Amino acid sequence: MNLIKLLDSMCADTKSAEDTERFYSRRDAFRQFGDFSKKVAMAAVPLGVLSAIPQVAKADTASLIGVLNYALTLEHLEYRYYQMGLDSGVIESADRVIFQKIRDHELAHVKFLQEVIGNVLKGTPVAEPGFDFTAGGNFSPFTDYPTFLALSQAFEDTGVRAYKGQAANVKESDVVLTAALSIHSVEARHASMVRRLRTKKGQDTVKGWITNGSIGSLPAATTAIYAGEENLTHAGVNVSTATGIDAAAVSEAWDEPLDMNSVLGIASLFLAK
Amino acid sequence: MKKELIKPQGLVTNANRRQFLRVGTLTVAGAGLLLMGCNDEDDMVPTMSGKVNLGSGDTGILNYAYALEQLEAAFYAEVIKGSYFANASAEEKTIMGDLEKHERAHREFFKAALGTNAIAGLEVDFSSIDFSNRNSVLGAAKTFEDLGVAAYNGAGQFLESADLLLIAGKIVSVEARHAAAIRDLINPGSADFAGDDLIDANGLERTLNFSQVLTAAKTYVKTEIDFSSLPS
Repeated sequence: MNLIKLLDSMCADTKSAEDTERFYSRRDAFRQFGDFSKKVAMAAVPLGVLSAIPQVAKADTASLIGVLNYALTLEHLEYRYYQMGLDSGVIESADRVIFQKIRDHELAHVKFLQEVIGNVLKGTPVAEPGFDFTAGGNFSPFTDYPTFLALSQAFEDTGVRAYKGQAANVKESDVVLTAALSIHSVEARHASMVRRLRTKKGQDTVKGWITNGSIGSLPAATTAIYAGEENLTHAGVNVSTATGIDAAAVSEAWDEPLDMNSVLGIASLFLAK
Repeated sequence: MKKELIKPQGLVTNANRRQFLRVGTLTVAGAGLLLMGCNDEDDMVPTMSGKVNLGSGDTGILNYAYALEQLEAAFYAEVIKGSYFANASAEEKTIMGDLEKHERAHREFFKAALGTNAIAGLEVDFSSIDFSNRNSVLGAAKTFEDLGVAAYNGAGQFLESADLLLIAGKIVSVEARHAAAIRDLINPGSADFAGDDLIDANGLERTLNFSQVLTAAKTYVKTEIDFSSLPS
């Protein structure tokens, strides 16, 4: 299955076609959307009031839906992975509390994104794809705990890069941007925890943060997940040169984004054929 | 005098500011030059009375981040000089040493990026922290890291420049990585690394606004911070 095509088909249009004379300029429309949504607060998206959200320009809504469906696809992957991990019994009992929490967050993200796409933006949330977490028989995450942890790290670090890569694409909507940022930092917390857990167990030497573009002891197939993380230059400032702080530490201090095609390329390894 | 030297940038009006910032970060490679175009306030030079004004627009938000990074960097600089650190486990020494470097790098980056628009160095007050006591140090670290994440998450929507938004995004996830690690040192192997005290039923981390963040930071900062010109 081609994920990009799948997403294209899901974000073609919105269902709210009427009310065309009601015109908002692009930015104004989203400002209103943002202001309104702030008043409603983000907690547990109240269904009753969603219909009162101002109409927004169609093209922008479609673009937001596209980005959020992309995020939803990744959240489906993460949620299914942790649920299957917990069901399989592969997770050491002392660590279950960690992965139950992560699973809960991924499920909450799935539901939240479905709600925003379907009930706020009047789009169609992408269906959960079929997954193959063995990647064609190459991995055994549900019978081998180190493999489970390794893929978990890979998914979380990918998720952080994926959300970061879309920030600019949702910035016209304050509320969607803020929600995306608020998911992004949760994924980063997960990533830090899983990375350190692997090192505590002697499976790797990685820290909670990403050093250079290192994959540590992860399989070579994960190289794309860390490519570019060694970057030292931001807004034209090479921070290592400017501060004298070693390149390894400076690379750790900034996480890098990843574009949609690269992320979907990584994710597609785990789609059922 | 310096103001006069950068006068051409002052010609960029408020209305063109967004456009300038978008183009600016792509074409202007020099660090100090990055934000000159948005200096339409004359009151950003700190006074000598222990007061700073963050300024307005994207410059103001960068100064806000710069203030928080100053606070964090100053904290870890003290941590690694203290007796908690001297006697800490190898793992905790590595973490604290890394955090000191990361926050110093963030601080110096913002200082360079802001150039002449940067606020002065803040005077900090860590008298409430016992740098010989593990619980005290880790508790303060948790406060600073969690606060940093909530601050960046709350401020992102006010940035006009997509390039600056991306840079903020690159930093905030590292702050979140820090926060999770510190929380796990305090309560190892628990779900506190992404605890329910911060993350709601939708799986979204808390955001804090400028006022909430600076009020929380007040305990540790002597310099008065005027944020009245920040966007809202």
